[in-house]
Amino acid sequence: MARAPRRDEEVRRAEEILAPESDDPGGPASEQPAGVLIDPTADAVRAPAVGLPQSPASGIAVLGGSEPATSQTVHPPLDLRTPFGRNLQERAIGGVLFLASVVSVLTTFGIVAVLIVEAAGFFEEVSPVTFLTGTQWAPLFQPQHFGVLPLLVGSLLVTVIAALVALPIGLASAIYLSEYASRGVRRIVKPALEILAGVPTVVYGYFALTFVTPLLQGIWPGMSVFNALSASLVMGIMIIPVVASLSEDALSAVPRSIREGAYALGATKLEVSLRTVVPSALSGIVASFILAISRAIGETMIVTIAAGSTPNLTVNPLESVQTMTAYMVQVSMGEVVFGSVEYRTIFAVGLTLFAITLFMNIMSILILRRFREVYE
Amino acid sequence: MSQPATVDAFARRRKTRARVASVSSALFFAAAAVGIIALVILLVDVTRDGAGSLSWDFLTSFPSRFAARAGIKAALLGSLWVLGFTTLFSFPLGVATAIWLEEYAPRNAWTQFVQMNIANLAAVPSIVYGILGLAVFVRALALERSVLAGALTLTLLILPVIIISAQEAIRAVPNSIRLGAYALGATRWQTVQRQVFPVALPGVLTGTILALSRAIGETAPLIMIGALAYVPFAPDGPLDEFTVLPIQIFGWISRPQVEFHRLAAAGILVLVVVLMAFNLVAVLLRNRYTTPR
Repeated sequence: MARAPRRDEEVRRAEEILAPESDDPGGPASEQPAGVLIDPTADAVRAPAVGLPQSPASGIAVLGGSEPATSQTVHPPLDLRTPFGRNLQERAIGGVLFLASVVSVLTTFGIVAVLIVEAAGFFEEVSPVTFLTGTQWAPLFQPQHFGVLPLLVGSLLVTVIAALVALPIGLASAIYLSEYASRGVRRIVKPALEILAGVPTVVYGYFALTFVTPLLQGIWPGMSVFNALSASLVMGIMIIPVVASLSEDALSAVPRSIREGAYALGATKLEVSLRTVVPSALSGIVASFILAISRAIGETMIVTIAAGSTPNLTVNPLESVQTMTAYMVQVSMGEVVFGSVEYRTIFAVGLTLFAITLFMNIMSILILRRFREVYE
Repeated sequence: MSQPATVDAFARRRKTRARVASVSSALFFAAAAVGIIALVILLVDVTRDGAGSLSWDFLTSFPSRFAARAGIKAALLGSLWVLGFTTLFSFPLGVATAIWLEEYAPRNAWTQFVQMNIANLAAVPSIVYGILGLAVFVRALALERSVLAGALTLTLLILPVIIISAQEAIRAVPNSIRLGAYALGATRWQTVQRQVFPVALPGVLTGTILALSRAIGETAPLIMIGALAYVPFAPDGPLDEFTVLPIQIFGWISRPQVEFHRLAAAGILVLVVVLMAFNLVAVLLRNRYTTPR
């Protein structure tokens, strides 16, 4: 992630002068730093370190070029070094903070390990080829079928429709907010979008089932109560804020001079927005699209409530479908024996879902990072 | 003297372009309005369905097989228990990580990896955290379907959100404050603890509250770890079984009878009020402290 570079440099420089013993902050692996300031009163622990940098890596370049510290001819009566206890405390705090940051790394490793170990157990009984190419998904009935395609297609169908709703509307909202809206309008629209983003998904599910579905049944009377269309439309509304807010960040980051250049050539506001600002912010916009789609694939409650629980290999949005996420909910709500093949399907499907979203997230992170480097 | 044809065409074209531009600005506005209109319809719809079932009895009754007698006491208290523990775990962890990343971390490949890892975790589907919680907290640590297992799962889920917002708050602290502290001989931790963190605190709190409000609304991961819709008692301790508001709502939605859908709508109203309260606090904090320094 892009860190503000200016501050780091300054702080680091200030620290090198003020507190040379904390050269490699936070890293508990860092070597015992060498003491640098010459101090006749240095205690026994410190003494051997004086003037003998133990680790060239800890880089005490400040003194490295000056007089060898062993020459005791220098006489500084002033002890500028921090007391030993304080120093130890500083190091301990750095270590604790570092450990906190390790938790998030362990989370990722935990997810990957759990998914792979349990899915491996599943793939001992069902071959990965059957899993990935089978067109029937019925692990909870006899005869069992373990083809993930119906779930995968269900997820993709819902996601595609949601994206068709959210990407254009979200981008247009972002353009409006960044290029057209007055300050006053922005102050209303942006918090409203934030609230929309904060609505719990179970509420969206209720909305889809009890409001949108009856509405759609007015248009297509034969449509089933549980259907992909209603769930995907509502999911589209749910991810509008994702697209809108991230795209707006990207659009707002485009330098003013680019707009002014286009206006100077006689472009209208629309031409300025669509032909100069949007292309300049394209990577940020694409990143927001990918993130929104990844959010849609992983969404659970809307599809569980409104799309049904029939693994159905279809692209007809009027029918009931089951997504990967809805299947996982269905299994964990039922009575499935721990350690059985049925139990392990959760992990096999979860691994598939995780792999898809991981790929998309990393793409979007990489694209965003590139875009930030350009404009910062 | 007549105008040359090209100038004429140019003038015409300019007029068309201006017209297209003004029409399109209306379209952009309409797009921005879609989200808001949807939000309004949603709130009106839920209020219409649920307001009738909302009563003091509804708040203070345990769930029942009879819609008329069912309430959300167990879910409300369950949500509070889970939220309390989630706050307890996630706030210190998230803030510590953010401080490390912003104030301590060396700029190397590891830090970059940690940062990218957090960005990815923020986008991992919540149900995947449920799988992790199921395998690690419920099974491996044998916490069963307890409040503690739920809180730990939600902690991991909202941790990246807290970290990212706390980082932004810390990053926004003017560097002059750090340099001033260092110039007076403060150590790094003294600088962070006494100068940087107090300035960043309102921003950190805002981010944490918003993350917690996300935790209140989460359903899928708690279903994965086995929290049930029908729990006719409130938890007494961290190892008790529990249910939470969204799961109670989901349980009622899953029933075919309309009466239960009404209950679900009433439950949603309670949930929305709780969320609004959280958001209000966050917005007030933000407005109060974003005066230019």
